[in-house]
Amino acid sequence: MTLHPPPAPAGDVTASTSPAGPPAETRPRRPRLTARQRLARWDVRLSPYLYISPFFVLFALVGIFPLVYTGYVSVHEWSLIGGKGEFVGLDNYRSVFEDRYFWGALRNTLSIFVLSSIPQVVIALALAGLLDTALRGRTWWRMSILIPFVVAPAAVTLIFGNLFGDRYGLVNAALDLVGIDAIAWHVDTLASHVAIATMVNWRWTGYNALILLAAMQAVPRDLYESAEIDGASRVRQFVSVTVPMIRPTVIFVVITSTIGGLQIFTEPRLFDNVGLGGSDRQWQTITLYLWELGWRLRNLGTAAAVAWLLFLLIVIIAIVNLVLSQRIGAGSRTRTPGRTLGRTRGGTP
Amino acid sequence: MQNSSTTPQQRPRSLSRRLRRGLAIGGVATLLLGFTAACGGGDSEADDGKVTLTVATFNEFGYEDLLKEYMDLNPDIKVVQKKTGTWEEHRDNLYTKLAAGSGLSDIEAIEGDGMPAILEESDAFADLSDPELEDRWLDWKTEAGTNADGQLIGYGTDIGPEGICYRADLFEKAGLPTDREQVASLFESWDSYFATGKEFVKAMPDTAWYDSSKGTSQAMINQLEFPFEDEDNNVVALENPEVKRVFDTVTEMQGAGLATNLDQWSNDWVAAFQKDGFATMACPGWMLGVIEGNAEGVQGWDIANAFPGGAGNWGGSFLTVPTQSEHPEEAKKLAAWLTAPEQQIKAFTAKGTFPSQQSALEDPVLLESTNDFFNNAPTGQILSDRAQAVTMQPYKGPKYADIITAFQAAILRVDEGQETPDEAWESFSADVERIG
Repeated sequence: MTLHPPPAPAGDVTASTSPAGPPAETRPRRPRLTARQRLARWDVRLSPYLYISPFFVLFALVGIFPLVYTGYVSVHEWSLIGGKGEFVGLDNYRSVFEDRYFWGALRNTLSIFVLSSIPQVVIALALAGLLDTALRGRTWWRMSILIPFVVAPAAVTLIFGNLFGDRYGLVNAALDLVGIDAIAWHVDTLASHVAIATMVNWRWTGYNALILLAAMQAVPRDLYESAEIDGASRVRQFVSVTVPMIRPTVIFVVITSTIGGLQIFTEPRLFDNVGLGGSDRQWQTITLYLWELGWRLRNLGTAAAVAWLLFLLIVIIAIVNLVLSQRIGAGSRTRTPGRTLGRTRGGTP
Repeated sequence: MQNSSTTPQQRPRSLSRRLRRGLAIGGVATLLLGFTAACGGGDSEADDGKVTLTVATFNEFGYEDLLKEYMDLNPDIKVVQKKTGTWEEHRDNLYTKLAAGSGLSDIEAIEGDGMPAILEESDAFADLSDPELEDRWLDWKTEAGTNADGQLIGYGTDIGPEGICYRADLFEKAGLPTDREQVASLFESWDSYFATGKEFVKAMPDTAWYDSSKGTSQAMINQLEFPFEDEDNNVVALENPEVKRVFDTVTEMQGAGLATNLDQWSNDWVAAFQKDGFATMACPGWMLGVIEGNAEGVQGWDIANAFPGGAGNWGGSFLTVPTQSEHPEEAKKLAAWLTAPEQQIKAFTAKGTFPSQQSALEDPVLLESTNDFFNNAPTGQILSDRAQAVTMQPYKGPKYADIITAFQAAILRVDEGQETPDEAWESFSADVERIG
């Protein structure tokens, strides 16, 4: 952008800027805009904003306002029923940090998140890759992987709750058949995380696979043709062509599953009937902990503090994920499909 | 806009465009308005001038036919029932809307153990005191619905007088008497109940004596006068020797193999009904339906007219009228009608909710009712006897529900082998400190 004033077009607005010029009303060169023209100009300037405004209005209403208000609640004593009490500053945050159950919940959340998100994205990627091939009855396969997503989470939890019964569950019965001792799904910490992660994966993998599949469909087919001519195997094509080409979508899936994974509530809440995450809180996640503080102990102030901490945690992990997945993507970007193929061409006879 | 000239022949088209734009903006506005209206909830005044009352309940109150009957009797009133699956979900919704100050139903049901916390919030509920209704309920039921200032906040619905349900077929295999009268004599005290249990598990090592430590400990806690909090709501759970005694007894009996070690209401617990998992359980009236459902196809269930250590009540609910209600008078009338003895008998017939009304306990319909599944036991008579035997209810302060949850979690940790009884008591102490 230049700082110099633009050269004045001959005989245009300069006239009006000169103090000696005629009054604006009598300006001869520029005809006055009619009301309709002025409206049209506003139309061009404002309409686009108006068209996208419903989202932002809604977002401000249901996104920003609650976020800010939660922050306001978190620095007050706030009873669920009694409402606002005294201003206590950061005391609520301090009491959360001093509560051993918070740290347990943090550990459980991260553990369940890792056990669900990573296999989920990897399997979804592989599934999408398979569905992207010339399969017989493609549409049927594609639709059927979405079925788990349509089932209500509460129903999923009920079914899996039965499967993962400690004593009479089907999974343990199956393990017994192959000579493995029964696993205490509701007692052992890691086992309970695996059980919950399984429910999450069952529900979300197909959904993510469809999103990735949609992105894969947009990859130009001639890339694969060239790859094939170059002698690249199916797996090689997938790793070197497909994955780098759909990188933005992979990042999207990673971020959404991060948010979902860290907010996990229904599955652990319904894994037993008390809802506190096991007798020793083996699977109490942060949202469950928040719910306990707010709706069990009726202390909305500390619950709000936990909500804000969870928000920060999600932001941090999302950023870490973004950086990581970008790096992974960037790693393969230095070998863009074309260049990779070039190298392959040189390497194979 | 380069092409927006003002030539006359184009005017009509741009007018229509303007019209279209107007329509679009109007459409968006309508959508937004509709959205906010949908969130705001409906009007309580119907178009035809009828007063609409909403009744929010959880689980099964047996009110479906009653509400229809009430509408027939009162043509100017329309009643809408809102049912929630469990008390926990119902409570979360209740608390949220109490805090928000709007959105509650005209009548809200409250579970007995949740009532203490509600009494703390008496301001949000209408005083339902009515001299005409003074002697309607069992004394301790009225007491549990009355706040410290003597205001009646909740009309009692059902109660949960407890007997002991048992598997006569398994008793026979273990060489114990099977007849309900003889069995009752074995269950006079907790000592005799546990002693019989030890005998039973010696004979039948694969079957536990009772369904869960949780149910048994709850039954024992329900017999203490001030289990966790004193009259001034000071938490005394850790100093109370009786609480410690319950804890020690239940964990000791667990060690002796009397417990299933299952979490009550878990999938495994439900499955245990079909697998001969246990022989007895504390059995409030509403549990009969639960057993019948879980043990479908299993023969041999019966119920004894006895409860160790006297009597006990487990559960039972109330109807309240939040001050948020726009029609508190009409709501109060409906709540009073629903909790009248005649209606409670009908609810009992419909869903087995056992009435808490003095005169309902002597109602022939109730007293003559029997239960096929429980070997044709005279369940109405038995539960009525059990209800009459209840002399007091434990005092429950606002933290009662939180503390008993922690107490039972500690016992479950022993069941699951995660902690020794001593460790579990330690961690329970830490939990009580935290609940404060």
